[in-house]
Amino acid sequence: MFNALTTLQLQEYWWFLTALLAALFVFMTFVQGGQSLLWTLAKTETERDIIVNALGRKWELTFTSLVMFGGALFASFPLFYATSFGGAYYVWMAILFCFIIQAVAYEYRKKPGNVFGEKTYEVFLFINGSLGIILVGTALGTLFTGGHFIVNDMHLSHWTTKAYGLEAVLSFFNVAFGFMLFFLARLSAALYFINAVDDASILSRARTVLKYESWIFLILFLYVTGSILTMNGYTYDPQTMIVSVEPMKFLHNFEAMPAVAGMFAIGVLLLLAGLYMGAYTQSDKGIWPAGMGIVLTVTALMLILGYNHTAYYPSLSDMQSSLTIENSASSRYTLIAMSYVSLLVPFVLGYIVLVWRAMNREKITADEVENDPHHY
Amino acid sequence: MHHIDPSLIDWSRAQFALTALYHWIFVPLTLGLTFIVAIMETIYVKTGNEWWKKTTKFWMGLLAINFAIGLATGIIMEFEFGTNWSNYSWIVGDIFGAPLAIEGLMAFFMESTFFAVMFFGWNKVSKRTHLLSTWLVAIGSNLSALWILIANGWMQHPVGMHFNPDTARNEMTDFWAVVFNPNAYTKFLHTISSGYVLASLFVIAISSWYLLKKRDIQFAKRSIMVAASFGLMVSLFNLTTGDDAARQVAKYQPMKLASMEGLYEGKSGAEIVAFGILDPSKTLKDKKDPFLVKFAIPGGLSLLSYHSFDAYVPGIEDIVYGNKAHHIMSAAEKMQQGKKAVAALKAYKEAKKEGNVQEAKVQRSIFEANSKYMGYGYLTSPEQTVPNVPLTFYAFHTMVGFGTWFILLFVIILYLTMTNELHAHRWVLWAGVWSLPMGYIAQEAGWITAEVGRQPWAIQDMLPVGMATSNIASGSVMLTFWMFAILFTALLIAEVKIMATQINIGPKEADHV
Ligand code: HDD
Ligand code: HEM
Ligand code: HEM
Repeated sequence: MFNALTTLQLQEYWWFLTALLAALFVFMTFVQGGQSLLWTLAKTETERDIIVNALGRKWELTFTSLVMFGGALFASFPLFYATSFGGAYYVWMAILFCFIIQAVAYEYRKKPGNVFGEKTYEVFLFINGSLGIILVGTALGTLFTGGHFIVNDMHLSHWTTKAYGLEAVLSFFNVAFGFMLFFLARLSAALYFINAVDDASILSRARTVLKYESWIFLILFLYVTGSILTMNGYTYDPQTMIVSVEPMKFLHNFEAMPAVAGMFAIGVLLLLAGLYMGAYTQSDKGIWPAGMGIVLTVTALMLILGYNHTAYYPSLSDMQSSLTIENSASSRYTLIAMSYVSLLVPFVLGYIVLVWRAMNREKITADEVENDPHHY
Repeated sequence: MHHIDPSLIDWSRAQFALTALYHWIFVPLTLGLTFIVAIMETIYVKTGNEWWKKTTKFWMGLLAINFAIGLATGIIMEFEFGTNWSNYSWIVGDIFGAPLAIEGLMAFFMESTFFAVMFFGWNKVSKRTHLLSTWLVAIGSNLSALWILIANGWMQHPVGMHFNPDTARNEMTDFWAVVFNPNAYTKFLHTISSGYVLASLFVIAISSWYLLKKRDIQFAKRSIMVAASFGLMVSLFNLTTGDDAARQVAKYQPMKLASMEGLYEGKSGAEIVAFGILDPSKTLKDKKDPFLVKFAIPGGLSLLSYHSFDAYVPGIEDIVYGNKAHHIMSAAEKMQQGKKAVAALKAYKEAKKEGNVQEAKVQRSIFEANSKYMGYGYLTSPEQTVPNVPLTFYAFHTMVGFGTWFILLFVIILYLTMTNELHAHRWVLWAGVWSLPMGYIAQEAGWITAEVGRQPWAIQDMLPVGMATSNIASGSVMLTFWMFAILFTALLIAEVKIMATQINIGPKEADHV
């Protein structure tokens, strides 16, 4: 059935899947946001344990989404994998370090004989939740602002600055993007706790966080969206593949793809509704509209980045080296084969949802955490 | 094609070796222990005996400690293909990326989703759902091994692709050939069974230690019983599949086989070295005996590799310098062809750029005619095709030696458990304890054999490591190498300490792990 699609359609399909994975990952970073809120929301040891345990059942999903995002990119857009990971080396390495320390932190934090002490593992969680996410956001920002790479005739690439990607932090936009994700993660964490935890003091602190930090997030979000809509983008000629600058490229992409614009608008509204529910009502369901909103908004942003003859990873060193979904994709054969594999996605999402519901049927309380035979 | 800095290659290899060896400390135990735990929980659900639940939970607690650090070391490996082997990622990503993505989708999600149920779900889901989750974790972790070994098996024996000069990369032409690569299956079976062997040794070592300390006697005896029966079964399977693996190596990677055995000159009826010490001063073509000391079984290598006592096994020198009598082409000839292919590819690209259709066609056909040995075109001397022989040789012999000993150990323990005399033979219990580090050494040695033995090829005969790296400064890789070395070592220390503490607390407290 995928044979009937044109190569461009297959590339678009895979860009859509990549976008969706990125969006699900961004939603799942509520785990990181929660880690960064550890000392804000919890004042006693029991409260800290509740927070860690509420996140501890979910962190592996976020982690695996990141791994999956990498794997899907590798299989479908290997030139991005090669160019960005191999070039912006320090940034990706720094991100990985932040995730390595997370993986052990939950399990080792409370264990006797853990060598470095409980506090160290909590610091690990905090670093992962703050620096880790800010860096991921900064790296995602470079999809809009570009990287310093050159791709040669043989499609082999190299970076042209000695900072190997760290120069990305010199762009205000990239850093703002990073902080925007960071605050988004904290807000969705607050909404998640309101939904999953039954502990009065944690809940009231979570609502306070929502009240104040929503505004910080919104300012960053307006700045980032405004910049995206007005910035220059790289476009390419579908016949010659020659890349050129187009002012307000992303705004034009929204105009050219009203469905995507609609998706973006609905996403933003849902997110705002979720934030409002968390901050100003007693509802514990804010996470769901907010979560849906995040997934729609991020997917839409990724789609205007890759669709409509846009270079999704502009090169600042050599414009013609910029990556597009057409010049960086796997072969037609591989895309088709992997498209069949992608039919498993709904199935995987299905069992994740089932397990989530079974595990979150009852709210987490101080009692439960203390009596759980295997608590973190 | 581009400037290659030898120290960059070395640091990239060192970093990959370091991270892979660390990852491999934790993975085999996960592969095996998930199954042992699932078996124990099945017994619990079938009999309803709370004692088995407690036992299951104890081993599960240890599994969780190991699992966490397995994830920590795994994530870096996935991304390292991009960060450190970016040319590789482009040149073969079209084929290699697929199994990695499938691994994530099919295996990692299954593992991580049901892991949460396995640990936190005891009171949240029904007994049967819980048991199912435990089994799904076991299946998920073994599925992950399957896909990663399909990827690795492809590097050892590339199939199902062709080189596309327009994109300058290898592209997949046959997904099923990649998935059903025979090399991947022997590797898969051998690797997972080696994981089961390790997990059995793990259970035996801890239980033996309890018996030596005269504590938790009933727990230890029952656990030993499960582990030794399971261990004997899987170690025999491990031996058989190891033999299959050797035959695959003989077929597709003769240089690796020759290095594993220190065989410099090919022979009919080649012997297999049971134990040997190599002469460090041995060089190619010096006609010296490569061994200072050896005990060998005549005809053994021929038998092992080709199932016939007098089959011809090519030696390192035959493969490097060629052997007309046995129709072996020399590396120099392959290099010549390879260089033609490389030059034609370049000329083809230029002709195309200039719009010279005729010339492009000519160059393309020259390229196609010589592309089989394109990888050799990047080498600078025929001797580069020889891997590190001593390392490959000793690693292989350590693995096989230890593997044989484990079979014996399982037999002895099983016998003594049956006759109820185990506690009386303290030396056996000590052997049980000491065999655990041996198990880890055998594991690492196996991978050193497999990976060092295929040097200089990242993809056998196709892509030398030097062409596969990222184009970054070697200082950057050196920096991250040391960061990993320090971080992983620190985490390993914490893991071992936590594990030891939990073992010391023992199964009595299993409800609070
Ligand atoms: C407890 C660990 C363990 C034990 C006891 C053995 N092996 Fe092994 N072996 C491995 C663990 C391992 C491994 C780590 O799983 C490797 C590394 C790569 C692979 O596929 O499996 C491996 C690789 C490996 C290879 C190289 C495959 C390749 O290069 O593709 C051969 C030829 C053998 N083994 C053969 C044997 C034989 C004949 C054994 C006799 C008992 C044996 N192994 C025991
Ligand atoms: C060098 C290539 C390898 C890569 C790229 C790799 C990648 C990874 C990654 C990313 C994880 C974390 C999984 C998660 O998010 O849930 C992981 C864990 C795991 N990997 Fe690897 N891995 C490699 C080698 C292997 C091999 C050779 C095997 C098995 C034969 C294996 C088996 C596993 C298993 C069972 C886990 C589960 C967690 C654990 O270790 O306890 N890996 N691996
Ligand atoms: C987890 C078990 C593994 C261990 C312990 C291991 C060990 C090693 C070692 C020691 C090297 C360095 C060889 C040298 O430079 O002389 C190496 C290189 C490498 N291995 Fe593995 N390996 C493992 C699994 C894998 C798997 C499953 C893959 C692929 C799917 C893989 C891909 C590579 C690559 C790409 C390199 C670097 C390039 C090269 O040296 O060929 N490894 N590995």
